[in-house]
Amino acid sequence: MASFIQLLISGLATGAIYALVAVGFTLLWQTSQTINFAQGEFVMIPAFFVLASMKYLGLGFWPAATLGLIISVLVLGLLFKRIIVDPILKHGVLPLVISTIAFSLFLKEAAKEFYSAQAQPFPPLVEAADVTIFGAAVATQSLVVLGIAILTVGGLQYLLNGTRLGRAMQATAQNPNVARILGIPVERMILLTFMINAGLVAIASILISPIYLAKFTNGETLGLAAFIAAIVGGFNQVRGAIIGGLVLGVVDNMSAAYLSAQYRGALPLFILIAVILFRPQGLLGRAEERTV
Amino acid sequence: MTTRANLIILGLIALALIGLPFILKPYGIFVLSMWAVMSIAALGLNLTLGYAGQISLAQASFFGIGAYTVALLGPLGVPFPLAFLAGGILCFLIGWVLGYPALRVQHHYLAFVTLAFTTLVFLVFRNEEWLTGGIYGVSGIKRPVFFGWSTTKAPDFYFFTLGMLALFSFFVWWMIRSPWGRAFIALRENPVRALSLGVDTRRYTLMAFAIGSALGGFAGGLYAPLVQFIEPNAFALGLSLNILLMVIVGGAGFFAGPFLGALISVLLPEWLRATEGFYLLAYAVLVMVLMAFCPTGLMGLVEKAGLALKRRTKLSEAKAP
Repeated sequence: MASFIQLLISGLATGAIYALVAVGFTLLWQTSQTINFAQGEFVMIPAFFVLASMKYLGLGFWPAATLGLIISVLVLGLLFKRIIVDPILKHGVLPLVISTIAFSLFLKEAAKEFYSAQAQPFPPLVEAADVTIFGAAVATQSLVVLGIAILTVGGLQYLLNGTRLGRAMQATAQNPNVARILGIPVERMILLTFMINAGLVAIASILISPIYLAKFTNGETLGLAAFIAAIVGGFNQVRGAIIGGLVLGVVDNMSAAYLSAQYRGALPLFILIAVILFRPQGLLGRAEERTV
Repeated sequence: MTTRANLIILGLIALALIGLPFILKPYGIFVLSMWAVMSIAALGLNLTLGYAGQISLAQASFFGIGAYTVALLGPLGVPFPLAFLAGGILCFLIGWVLGYPALRVQHHYLAFVTLAFTTLVFLVFRNEEWLTGGIYGVSGIKRPVFFGWSTTKAPDFYFFTLGMLALFSFFVWWMIRSPWGRAFIALRENPVRALSLGVDTRRYTLMAFAIGSALGGFAGGLYAPLVQFIEPNAFALGLSLNILLMVIVGGAGFFAGPFLGALISVLLPEWLRATEGFYLLAYAVLVMVLMAFCPTGLMGLVEKAGLALKRRTKLSEAKAP
């Protein structure tokens, strides 16, 4: 039982990070039909911004993390939208998919060439310690990760549902033409979702890098996790992506412990295939009616 | 372009491909053979993507399945042609079985299903050590001998792969001109209209996917004896993305697209070897720029240039008294 609780909490912690990434992924899809195949690399790269700020600017961890967050929002949000997405969006979904695949290659190689091909240790947010919950020793790290992820998602939910700005963003996602007629600056709203996505992946990066170490190949597994979480939960729902992420984190952890460590990656893939085949709109999603 | 000009260009290219091994060093011949192998894989994906309009990220798996089939059947005493055929047919069947449910969902969903498939197949290659040798791979794969003609030396094996490339190219060329192929194109251009004209959309898409998969398997069957050592990492998602980029960069839906794309993808790293890792950065930028300005790829660019040229000659003809 104790090990079950341990696995559950560490699974939820990883799942919460997946959820952050998946939420960003669905936001981009909802507002601009961008399927970002570079989302995994988006999580990999901010850790290197932080490490580079510490190494070359001599900053402490928290100032470096803040600077890393700002750089991420500018590069992965503003510049990504303006330089890569804008010129291609008019050509349709497929060229943009290809371009984000190329961009993921670019980010991966850039991290490898300009920083290091070796896995880099990343400072933990809190000192390693355990607390006991229901007789199970749980790493404080997991609890902190879970806490920050919940705060972030909660803040985002408040922004989207509780503020005028968030409602304008939702209107943009639902029907850009009507939103424009109602006087919502649609372009600015779309740009804003790109910057929010960049902020989410940067937070995810800072949370996950102490566990996985910062390495240029990290994006592959993280990207896959984000896709699976987004699709399992429902492509067109922020709620869905959160549930999808948490389910994925727990399933991943449990299957590694109880089924097979070699095939730990396989169960989520089977779930993904099953969901796509039998419930393509996702567990929580609405069926999408789009014109051809 | 006229048929005659096309034939002349084709003849020149064929001459160059046959003549090159006599002036190249063994490594150059190896690179050229790799181009031929990759072209076959890209040719297959072009059927799925360029003609049937579906994004598949499973080509690396089929490539791997073909390669492992040839590598594992060889030591059991199965003659190469049989093992080679078995790899292709196995991929056709797996493609059919995978495509049957997967093509219910289309476009980006299909991309994700095939992405999951590639990752699963990679896990099987890596973990089933009794069959595939796990991370240690399979080494010492022999090159085939046909009626006393041994393809062990680089030029001989190159001519063999070139012959296979010609064969498969002719097959695909014939196919897209057959009523079948026209149905594929109708499907890509306007699926709703194709359906209303009585094209069984799902069956044709499935057929394109399965044949494309089989070509991936055949390419893998040539890859194994070419490199003579295979291991799971060669068939991971990276290869699928690479083949996808080949088709797109060359020009999806153009017959010559995959050949051109494979040429760039295989040669660029060799030319830019001096820059070490930076060629991938350059390649990524090239793809992004291409997508922004000409999403139909390099062949699309050629077509645009051809049209512009034609218009200009017409204009100057009109101006002349």
